[in-house]
Amino acid sequence: MITVDLAAETVRDLNQRLHDLPADTNERAWRVVNPKGAHALVAGLDRPVDVLIEGHVGYYCAGMNKHASVVIDGHCGVGVAENIMSGEVRVKGNASQSAGASGQGGLLVIEGDASARCGISMKGVDIVVGGSVGHMSAFMAQTGNLVVCGDAGQSLGDSIYEAKLYVQGKVESLGADCIEKAMTPHHVEKLGRLLARAGVKGDPNKFKRYGSARKLYHFHVDHADAY
Amino acid sequence: MCGIVGLFLKNPALRPQLGRHLSTMLIGMTERGPDSAGIAVYHKPVAASQCKLTLFHADPHYHWRAVGGQMGEDLSAEVDIEVKANHVVFTVTSDEATVRHWIKEHHPEVRIMGYGQLMEVYKDMGLPAEVVDKYSVRAMEGSHAIGHTRMATESAVTTEHSHPFTAASDMCLVHNGSLSNHNNLRKWLHKRGHEFETDNDSEVAARYFAQRLDEGATLPEALEAGLRDLDGFYTFTMGTRDGFAVLRDGIACKPAVLAETDDYVAMASEFRSLANLPGVDKATIWEPKPAVVYTWSLQ
Repeated sequence: MITVDLAAETVRDLNQRLHDLPADTNERAWRVVNPKGAHALVAGLDRPVDVLIEGHVGYYCAGMNKHASVVIDGHCGVGVAENIMSGEVRVKGNASQSAGASGQGGLLVIEGDASARCGISMKGVDIVVGGSVGHMSAFMAQTGNLVVCGDAGQSLGDSIYEAKLYVQGKVESLGADCIEKAMTPHHVEKLGRLLARAGVKGDPNKFKRYGSARKLYHFHVDHADAY
Repeated sequence: MCGIVGLFLKNPALRPQLGRHLSTMLIGMTERGPDSAGIAVYHKPVAASQCKLTLFHADPHYHWRAVGGQMGEDLSAEVDIEVKANHVVFTVTSDEATVRHWIKEHHPEVRIMGYGQLMEVYKDMGLPAEVVDKYSVRAMEGSHAIGHTRMATESAVTTEHSHPFTAASDMCLVHNGSLSNHNNLRKWLHKRGHEFETDNDSEVAARYFAQRLDEGATLPEALEAGLRDLDGFYTFTMGTRDGFAVLRDGIACKPAVLAETDDYVAMASEFRSLANLPGVDKATIWEPKPAVVYTWSLQ
């Protein structure tokens, strides 16, 4: 395992080393210590490496992640795994706002809570949150799955497209055009598989499913109040 | 964008280190606010018969001793003067309202940065590290302190427009965000006798909370009222004689993170400002919820 101490090296050095790895690299196990809330840690990875970050991180950690598996053993700031393309990002603590924003693929697991705007504009990523999410989560979410084992804050799924939202706890309020939908055996099975993949304990039968009422897809004057 | 920090010590044994930790926190927010920086520190209480005022004049050779001498003669008071760069702390055996009135009448060119019995306020243009060095912030002891690093968006880069803003005795506020109804609130406060020193929206917020406290509200009540009356984006951190408060608006666009141990409560815009505090690895760390009032007070 290669250990990078950010008390001695810069974030830029670390990220550049990871970006420079060839496709057939043997340097697949990395450990980062002393992150001390630094921004843009391990952003833009494009190789199937495992990275463990020991401590709390700042903004945009593991942004644009492709192929890599990143574990943050701490809390993280705004925009963790924003625009994730593939691979897996796991936060053992809590995440700040906009976790997994615009994510296009892969898996984001937040074992604690995520605050506002979790999964905003998600485009295919699967996000599993062990705790609760804040207001405006899954705003304009296009596709992918957001699983919340705790509660969801105000305006969940506002202006949602075709993402699927599963919440076990209370939903403070649903946003415009987001409705509760039937939890069929097909959805229970899919959710069960996703929870198992995320390594998060939960009974898929206890979740409710939310999605788009599809009334905002096209302008209709009778729906003007909802815009 | 701005950076704000606050450190409230629960364990008195840490008081000698207040300035050192605050300096690290403030410098940690340099990228969020390179234009100017300021702090308010609560320390060195004066006697009940005294008050202290932090004063500023842009001229580093301003004739503070002559001003102090004349003030002492006019008010029949003893005036103790401590000069720190272009700031000065006057400790006067008189009541604070009389001293402030005297300064406004005789030396309107002097800016009153803060007043009370504990609080001192230092703010200046430049990088946080420069401000920390200029005012020897690392050496300051005390019970609590707040700080601000400013990237100006709403008004000019000057010492006067820097935070913290003071609007009452031993009370100050730092703000990250922008208010949209500050003109109406300024009129409302003007009718209630507030005189404004700047056109800054954050001064309006400081005076708004001072007004509510003056009407008899407790610190949590004043902040609750703010949630109803202040329109805009904000994360506030406020210091009072024995209290410390954090408030975010309901949308919570402006960041904030809190860390609490048995020894202290620390607040910053971003975790990197808290990363070097003692015992932060074992602290309870959380993001303050939108529209929830957080307050602490000295025992």
